[in-house]
Amino acid sequence: MIRLEPRPEPSRAMVYLSPLLAMALMLVVGMIVFTLLGQPPLKAFHAFFVEPINDWYGFGELLIKASPLALIALGLAVGFRANIWNIGAEGQLTMGALAAGGMALWLQDSTGVWILLPLMFIAGALGGMLWASIPALLRTRFNTSEILVSLMLVYVAGFILSWLIHGSWRDPDGYGFPQSKMFESNALLLILIEGTRVHAGVLITVVALMLAGVFFRWSLTAFQMRVAGLAPKAALYAGFKQKKTVWIGLLAGGAAAGLAGTAEVAGPIGQLLMPISPGYGFAAIIVAFVGRLHPLGILLASLLMALLYLGGESAQMQLGLPAAVSGVFQGMLLFFLLATDVLIQFRVRWVGKTSVGAA
Amino acid sequence: MSLKQTPPRLELRGITKRYPSVVANQGIDLVVQPGEIHALLGENGAGKSTLMKIVYGVVKPDTGSLVWNGQAVTIRSPAQARALGIGMVFQHFSLFDTLTVAQNIALALDQKQDMPALSKRITEVSNRYGLPLEPDRLVHLLSVGERQRVEIVRCLLQEPQLLIMDEPTSVLTPQAVRKLFETLRRLASEGCSILYISHKLDEIRELCHTATVLRGGKVTGTANPQLESSKSLAELMIGKELPAYKRASTRTVGEPRLVVNNLSRATDDPFGTPLEQIQLSVHAGEIVGIAGVSGNGQQELLYALSGEKPSQSSDVLINGQAAGHLDAGGRRSLGLRFVPEERLGRGAVPEMSLELNALLTGYANGLSKAGFIQYANIREFSKACIERFNVKASGPEAAAKSLSGGNVQKYIVGRELMLNPEVLVIAQPTWGVDVGAASFIRQTLLDLSHAGVAVLVVSEELDELFEICDRIAVIAAGQLSVAKPVAETSIEEIGLLMGGTRLLKNTSEQRGTL
Repeated sequence: MIRLEPRPEPSRAMVYLSPLLAMALMLVVGMIVFTLLGQPPLKAFHAFFVEPINDWYGFGELLIKASPLALIALGLAVGFRANIWNIGAEGQLTMGALAAGGMALWLQDSTGVWILLPLMFIAGALGGMLWASIPALLRTRFNTSEILVSLMLVYVAGFILSWLIHGSWRDPDGYGFPQSKMFESNALLLILIEGTRVHAGVLITVVALMLAGVFFRWSLTAFQMRVAGLAPKAALYAGFKQKKTVWIGLLAGGAAAGLAGTAEVAGPIGQLLMPISPGYGFAAIIVAFVGRLHPLGILLASLLMALLYLGGESAQMQLGLPAAVSGVFQGMLLFFLLATDVLIQFRVRWVGKTSVGAA
Repeated sequence: MSLKQTPPRLELRGITKRYPSVVANQGIDLVVQPGEIHALLGENGAGKSTLMKIVYGVVKPDTGSLVWNGQAVTIRSPAQARALGIGMVFQHFSLFDTLTVAQNIALALDQKQDMPALSKRITEVSNRYGLPLEPDRLVHLLSVGERQRVEIVRCLLQEPQLLIMDEPTSVLTPQAVRKLFETLRRLASEGCSILYISHKLDEIRELCHTATVLRGGKVTGTANPQLESSKSLAELMIGKELPAYKRASTRTVGEPRLVVNNLSRATDDPFGTPLEQIQLSVHAGEIVGIAGVSGNGQQELLYALSGEKPSQSSDVLINGQAAGHLDAGGRRSLGLRFVPEERLGRGAVPEMSLELNALLTGYANGLSKAGFIQYANIREFSKACIERFNVKASGPEAAAKSLSGGNVQKYIVGRELMLNPEVLVIAQPTWGVDVGAASFIRQTLLDLSHAGVAVLVVSEELDELFEICDRIAVIAAGQLSVAKPVAETSIEEIGLLMGGTRLLKNTSEQRGTL
C-alpha cells in the first residue's frame, strides 16, 4: 500500500525536481496517447518534439513563441509571489496590442520608426496596465476577487477588438475581412536573424528576464510583496501597504502582457486581427508555475511551452492529429506539476500489510 | 493514601514515540494510583503532550505498553479511551460558539442523547462538583472559565476513572483556579485519578501528590511536590540553576512616551470584544503591565496600539505625536516596537530565513538602502541577534519555522530590541518559552526600562507581571482599570478585577467572568 507521509521539512530538492518529474510524466502519458491514436510512439515523439526545431527557422519559431510566454509569465510572477492572482493576462495582451495597433494606424503615415515603435510599446504597456487596473481598483476599493474580474475582462477585451476590426478600424481594401490595414514598415519590428521570423521584441524579454532577476532578489518591494503572499498578517504587522501590493502585482502583469501583445502585432502578425494570441496569456500562467516563479525557471518553462505549441502544429501536419493535441500536452503538464508538487510537503512510503501498531 | 493493595490505575512501561525530526518520548515509565493527583511537569517540548495523547489514544507509541487497572491494553482511539474511563480536558477548548452547553456536550458523547434528560444530568453533575452550568446557554456567552467547566463536565458525565488535564489554569483567574482545585480534590477523594500537566510550580506544590518530571522526552525524576520548593522543582525541570533577577534600586521615570486617550472601538468579529474608553499612559523608564483573562479585549487593544488596525489620530500618542491614524510602519518610525503574541505568521514569516525576518521590521534601520536589500547588513544583524539573545538556530539562513517556539520568540524580541525602541509593546513575552529563556527575557525587559524605554507588557501570567512591572492595570470586558503601582496592590485584588466583580464602571451587560 502506498502512503503519503508529511515531511518534517519541505524538500528543497523536490521544488526543482517536481517540474522535471511532471515533464517526464507528460511525455510518458503523451506517448501512450499517441499509441492509442494509432501512431508509432517514437515517430510521433520525433514529429512532436524534434521536427519543429531541427533547423534555424524552426528554432527561430521557438524563440518568438517563448518570448511572449516568458515575458508575461515574469509579469504574472510578480503578482503570484504576493498571492495576487491575475488570470486575465490574455485580455491585457489584447488591450495592449489594441493600443499599440491604434497608435500604428494613427501615426504610421506621419512618424518615423524610431519614434513610432517606442510610442507603440509605451501605448501597449499602458493599455495592458489600464486593463489590469480595473481588477486592482475593484479589489482595493470593494474587495472583489481579482481572479474573477481579470478573467471576465478577457472576454470584454476580445469583444472590443472584434468591434473595432469589424467597424471603424477595418481595412477598407481588405475584402471585408475583419482585420485592420497592414502596418507600414516603420511600425514593424526589425528581424534579428536572417531567414527566420525572430524579431527585436525578443530583446525586450531578455531585458525583462534580467530586470526580474534583480528585482526578485534585491528589491525591498519584491520582499514586501513576498511577505504579503506568504504571511498576510506579518505584512500588516510590519506595516507594508497592502494596496500597494495589489496594484503592483496586477500592473506588472498588465504591463508585461501589453508589451507582449505589442511585440506580436508589431512582429509576426503586422496588423490587428482576431485572435492576436493563441492563448499566451493563459499558457503563461502554467509557465510561471512550472518555472517556480523564478526568472531562470520561467525561461526554461517558456521554451518547453513554446515547443508544445510548435509540436502541436507539427503533429497536426505530419501525423494528421487534431490541433487540440497541444492543449492536451499543456494541460497534462500543469496537471502533473500540481500532482508532483505534493511531494514537496509529503513523501511516499510503501507500507506492508502489518501495521506498525503499539504493543 | 494507603492504596497499595489495589493495582495501579494506570501504568506506562517503556513508552517511546519518535517523530521524523525528534524523539518525543523515550522509555517513559509512569505509575498513577487510584485517587492520586499526579503532576506531569516539564518545559515546552519536553514530551508531556505527546505522552498524554498516547494515553488518550490520539497517538500510537512506537514501543512500550499500557496497563490499565492491572490489565494490558492497546488504546487505539479516544473513543476507546473514553470507554475505558479516561477523560481529557484539552488546553484549547473544542466547543462550538453558536451551540448551547447541552448541545456541545451531546456532540462529544459517543451515544445519541435524550436532550431534556441530558440537561438534567448536566445540572446535577455540575452542581455536585461545584461547577454550576446552565445547559441552555449559548457557549459564546460564557467566560473562559465557564467554557472550561463545560469541558470538565463533559468528561465527568462519563464517570471517568482517570482525568487528564492539560495546562488547565493558563486561562483562569486566581479565584477560578481555587474553585477548580476544590473540584479536582473532591474528584480525587472519590477515587478518580488525575494526571495534571503544568509548568506552574506553585500550583503543583499545592495540588498534587506526586510529580513526574520530563526533560527532553525522558523521565528525569519523580518527587513529592509538597516536600519540594518551587526552585528545586524548576531545577529538576530545566536541569540547571535558575538565574535571579537584577532590579535597579533607584528608578527614574520620565515623560509619557505612549499615551492612549479615550480609545473606543467596535469590533468586526462577532465574538470579539469592543474596547470602551481606554485610558493609559506609559512613561519612559517604567514597565506597565496589563493583566486579564484572554478574550477580554487584549487582542483588540494590541491591534489598536500596533497600528495593524489604525483609528483616529488623537487616540494614540507616541512620543507626544498623534499616531492613531498611522499604520504599523508609521508608528515604528516614531519609535514604537511591538512583539505580538503570535510569533509565526505575524511576528515572523515562517517560510523565510531568519535574516529576511530581520528585514521584516528592520527595513528602515539600515537593512535596506534606496529600496534595495543590503544582504551583508541583514546577515550581520541576524548573526548578532542570534548570539546576543542565545537563539538556538543553525544560522541566519535557517527558516523561522525550523526553530522551536521559544527560540522564535527570543529572535523576535531580540530583533525589536536591536532596532532601538523608545516604546516597546510586548504581548505574552514568555508564552511557550522555557523557564531559562523566560527569565532571560524578563531580565532583558527590566534592563530596557532602566535604559529609559517605556515598556508595556500584556500578559496572562500574573506572577510574571508582578515580577517585572512597576504598575499593573487590568483589562476586563473591553475596559481598562487604572494602572496601580505594584506595591499598592496584590495578586488577589488584580484577580478580582480580572473576574470583573469590582469593575470600574457598572454596566449591566458585563460578562460574568469567573
